[in-house]
Amino acid sequence: MAQAQTPSAIAAPRSPYARRKTTRGNFELYSWVFMRASGVVLLVLVFGHLFVNLMVGEGVHAIDFAFVGGKWSSPFWQVWDLLMLWLAMFHGTNGVRTVVNDYAQRDSTRGVLKSLLYLASAIVVILGTLVIFTFNPCPPGAPAELLPSICFPN
Amino acid sequence: MWSWVAHRVTGVLIFFFLLVHILDTALVRVSPEAYNAVIGTYQTPIMGLGEAGLVAAIVFHAFNGVRVILVDFWAKGPKYQKAMLWIVVGLFVVTMAGFLPRHLMNVFGGGH
Repeated sequence: MAQAQTPSAIAAPRSPYARRKTTRGNFELYSWVFMRASGVVLLVLVFGHLFVNLMVGEGVHAIDFAFVGGKWSSPFWQVWDLLMLWLAMFHGTNGVRTVVNDYAQRDSTRGVLKSLLYLASAIVVILGTLVIFTFNPCPPGAPAELLPSICFPN
Repeated sequence: MWSWVAHRVTGVLIFFFLLVHILDTALVRVSPEAYNAVIGTYQTPIMGLGEAGLVAAIVFHAFNGVRVILVDFWAKGPKYQKAMLWIVVGLFVVTMAGFLPRHLMNVFGGGH
């Protein structure tokens, strides 16, 4: 008796397949596409970053305030690093979101972990963006020997 | 399956390093002294080995990521997924063979 109340729930035999209208949007599809698209761009950005900062010249030993200041005096590296910051953070946050969804079984655990993840990511992306845009390679009052050469035009 | 596990593990590792790395770089906005003090700790031998591990994780994640893309979008990708894993391993070895000597020389050799 109970089954007879919902006859439309099961399609008639051999009726053509009709995709049910999605009710939750296509977010996961877009996220899947984004991971692949951003991954390809990040491969270039991150390998370039590692090569210039670790392989050229004295490598990691050459990195100091003057090195960063010299790089960010050029719009090229500002755009490079800004793009890398945004793509890497969204790619990484989305990846960790997937991992949390896979392993945190309780709804409350998943909610807390993802809230922390989004909060940390938002803080870091906003902070990083502000730093790139408001950075002054020649801060007044700083010791001259710590500053990049562009602070001393002849 | 193990390449999938390694992709996850390296991805999560890289993400947490990225959080720290953006915070330490943000110190350039505080003062040259603050940035130099913190970045100086990246230039010790122990951190140098950590950087080698980080680069290894990034190189694997990058090459395996290309393999994942090919499996997903290239019609013959699934058929050659195992061969492509060996290509990933080969490219990883070649890249690290190029990177490690130079980096370790910078960390343990001359420098200041």
